[in-house]
Amino acid sequence: MGIIECKGLTKDYGRVRALDGIDLTLEKGQIVGLLGPNGSGKTTLIKLANGLLQPSGGTITIDGYAPGVESKAAVAYLPDREFLPEQMSVDALFKMYGDFFTDFNQEKAEKMLQSLNIKRDVPVKKLSKGTREKVQLILIMARDAKVYLLDEPIAGVDPAARDYILRTIISNYCADAVVMISTHLIADIESVLDDVVFIKAGKIVLHEPADQIREEKGKSIDGLFREVFRC
Amino acid sequence: MEWNFKDGLPIYSQIIDQMSMRIASKAYELGEKLPSVRDMAMDAGVNPNTMQRALGELERQGLLFTERTSGRYITREEEVLKELHRKLAMEYIEELFEKLEAIGMTDEEIKETVNDWQKEEK
Repeated sequence: MGIIECKGLTKDYGRVRALDGIDLTLEKGQIVGLLGPNGSGKTTLIKLANGLLQPSGGTITIDGYAPGVESKAAVAYLPDREFLPEQMSVDALFKMYGDFFTDFNQEKAEKMLQSLNIKRDVPVKKLSKGTREKVQLILIMARDAKVYLLDEPIAGVDPAARDYILRTIISNYCADAVVMISTHLIADIESVLDDVVFIKAGKIVLHEPADQIREEKGKSIDGLFREVFRC
Repeated sequence: MEWNFKDGLPIYSQIIDQMSMRIASKAYELGEKLPSVRDMAMDAGVNPNTMQRALGELERQGLLFTERTSGRYITREEEVLKELHRKLAMEYIEELFEKLEAIGMTDEEIKETVNDWQKEEK
């Protein structure tokens, strides 16, 4: 059984069907790219996985649990927008995360932070956007979680910050966890992915190992994406 | 040493090719210890599973070996290196002939041109 299992997973917002009967199994030890254009259902799927939304139909389980107390303890979620309380300092945030999540690994967080040269005692609103994004990522990746859901982790940051984020994801790779990265900036992340999931208008249209796609189609994931989602 | 990945080819096979080149050109010394899979994956910006798989294949080919407790090393055997040189040379020559045959040159003409080129260069 996969660490994330969706069966017939459906989500409606009023009359709009955002997810349409998704069947998806993700195994641990993988870094998976959830790729699709804006409005294809990526964020909806991630929010269902972490229990922020309830399905309209079908089921989703995380490590065997329906989203709830047990699943939330296992899921580390990076939202697609800034979520840090502006007035808190980095140090205060680290303390809060340590108090909140039993799996928050201070040592790991400390190590990731050291390489960054960040002022730790000023409110995070005084840090640059790229730096805030990195701090957010560190707070999420420092947990020893089973599932990491990263919603657009590299959107809107400069190439150096992007490299830092990707290296952080790679360096925290764990054979017991799954990392799901949602993005439409495919060229930047495709070399980091084991598996690729294409989502289109609420349906999964492709789920394959990234290297298999390169081998069989003779093109990059980015190239295939442009073909599948041509406007 | 920079990693450089092209579109449309499996990352896995590109790692194998680039590592082979590094070993062949002695960018790594014979018997040198390799960094951990995780560090190599980070350096290359690739998935750790992909790096692991590629290094596994290089090991199967005899270019690397694993010491059970201490990690992965470049082969110590000159013989393996020679064989690798031969294999790479064959690939380049094949590519050369394929390209020149594609524009209509015969084997004889190609060999002659190679000789001429050698004379001019030296």
